[in-house]
Amino acid sequence: MHIVVCLKQVLDPEISPRYFKIDPKTNRPEDGSSDMVMDSYAENALETAIQLRDSVEGATVTALCLGDEETEDVLRRALAFTADQAVRVWDDDWEDLDGQAVGHILAKTIIALGGADLVLTGYQASDIEEGLVGPVIAEELGNSCVTLVSELAIENSAFRVTCEAENGYAIIDVPSPAVLTIVSSEKNVPRLPKVKDIRLSRSKPIKELEADDIELDFERCQPAVSLERVYVPNRDVACEVLTGEDGMELAHELAGRLLELKVL
Amino acid sequence: MANVLIFADQQGGSLSSYAREALAFGNLISVATNGELGSVLFGPGAETGAKETIACGASKAYTIGSPLVEDYQVEHYLDAICAAFIQSGSDILILPFDRKGKDLIGRIATRLSASAITEVVDFKAENGELIWVRPIYGDKAYGEYKSNRKKIVVGIRVKSQEQAVPDENRSGEIIPVIYTNQNDIVVAKLVEKIENSLAGIRLEDARIIVSGGRGLGGPEGFEVLKDLANVLGGTVGASRAACDAGWVPSNFQVGQTGAVVAPDLYIAIGISGASQHLSGITNAKTVVAINNDSEAPIFKRANLGVVADYKTVVPALSEELKKKLGIKVG
Repeated sequence: MHIVVCLKQVLDPEISPRYFKIDPKTNRPEDGSSDMVMDSYAENALETAIQLRDSVEGATVTALCLGDEETEDVLRRALAFTADQAVRVWDDDWEDLDGQAVGHILAKTIIALGGADLVLTGYQASDIEEGLVGPVIAEELGNSCVTLVSELAIENSAFRVTCEAENGYAIIDVPSPAVLTIVSSEKNVPRLPKVKDIRLSRSKPIKELEADDIELDFERCQPAVSLERVYVPNRDVACEVLTGEDGMELAHELAGRLLELKVL
Repeated sequence: MANVLIFADQQGGSLSSYAREALAFGNLISVATNGELGSVLFGPGAETGAKETIACGASKAYTIGSPLVEDYQVEHYLDAICAAFIQSGSDILILPFDRKGKDLIGRIATRLSASAITEVVDFKAENGELIWVRPIYGDKAYGEYKSNRKKIVVGIRVKSQEQAVPDENRSGEIIPVIYTNQNDIVVAKLVEKIENSLAGIRLEDARIIVSGGRGLGGPEGFEVLKDLANVLGGTVGASRAACDAGWVPSNFQVGQTGAVVAPDLYIAIGISGASQHLSGITNAKTVVAINNDSEAPIFKRANLGVVADYKTVVPALSEELKKKLGIKVG
């Protein structure tokens, strides 16, 4: 079984709004405003992939990332998680892609890699938060797709997934090949890589592919939507910090303010 | 001119609140573009819903009464929505970006070679073009987007719009769409549906939410929060960190990937205010933060703040409110 997990490098989402600024020339966050990290849902997807690989004899995990050289950190981390192979696909013309174009390129890259029995992505990335890439890959590959998956197992040769549904959860059997988008759960908390695996990850090769190595549809590589403007709204609320000597006094103050505001 | 089609989902024999939001949003767009507003409804109750969408502003309501789309089945929904969109000749398809929208929008857009944009909260009409506004970077910024394709599929952020108000005097046309796809396209098979184990009010519908985070220090902290929620007639929520730690089930999660909420009162206890949590409470009216870290980002969003250990404040607050609200102890 070949499992491909699609990873993304993002600006650390925990950057304080205080330090978050947009460069008006590039419409992107200003350089140096924070570290670049592996997107957290992508990390959940990677953990899910590794756990499944370890439970199925002969299964392999390929970590795939669309990005320039800087994104190799994400792939090294995936190798430290014990991914079997790391692949980076990039072309200098791909600076301003949207989720649909990324989905197209990733799907075609997966085909160039010989296909996959299972493709995992994070449910959405914490920068642009479109939630489109997984479903687009599924449609491009003609695979079935389940989104918002929190648990994954194999049952009677189908993937048995637990996913969020209206008013609760659903358990769904989905045949291979499939695309799943992953959310965080108690079962896929990312592991802490072993020192040995981190060391090994530094020397493992990263396979590089370019636009010419895959059969792309030029039209579908163009962004379907363009970002025209970005702005940071001033949304700070003037927080009224209550004062008091102890918990009792603070509770008294708070109860009084809530009643005054007529929110109860 | 751009014609707009709304996917109007129903719940319990009536339009869902998200469908009403989509209709209100679609109305604004069709007015701005001098276009026509249409709706598409599924299942044996489609005709009733169709009349409701007409009362909410649709001039044409497309109905697919086939039992194949009675229950949600992604492959059938995909096919049927695409068929209705093509038949209606619309330019813009709008769906709520809810559980179904998350499955469908990227796939519909890819199938129809349309563009897709999600989490939309507003739009502008500029020089004959529509500009779509959506939050990015965990709601720290807003992006304004233009479509490069003729057709677009728009997912609107749930709880971001007012709901359409029906006017029974409006008239419109109900147009049945024939959908005869075969059952064998169903590839993902539902094994079991598990209803939310949360007793009482759904987070999405709650008027008051008392939410806990990592600062509670363990699952026992949620007992204290439950007491306060009981006093207030509210429900209990949690941050992703508290759910990931296994202190409460993940269906308690408030935030971008959990429940997106819009209560009158949101009390965040021991929650630092990670961006994904803040995106889930964007539309909360009054936010109270109780946290012993005065630098926590939640205080940037809160209207009222208490910097203290929750263990000293929350039980005392429950007692105080019991007295003030005239609730009998025990």
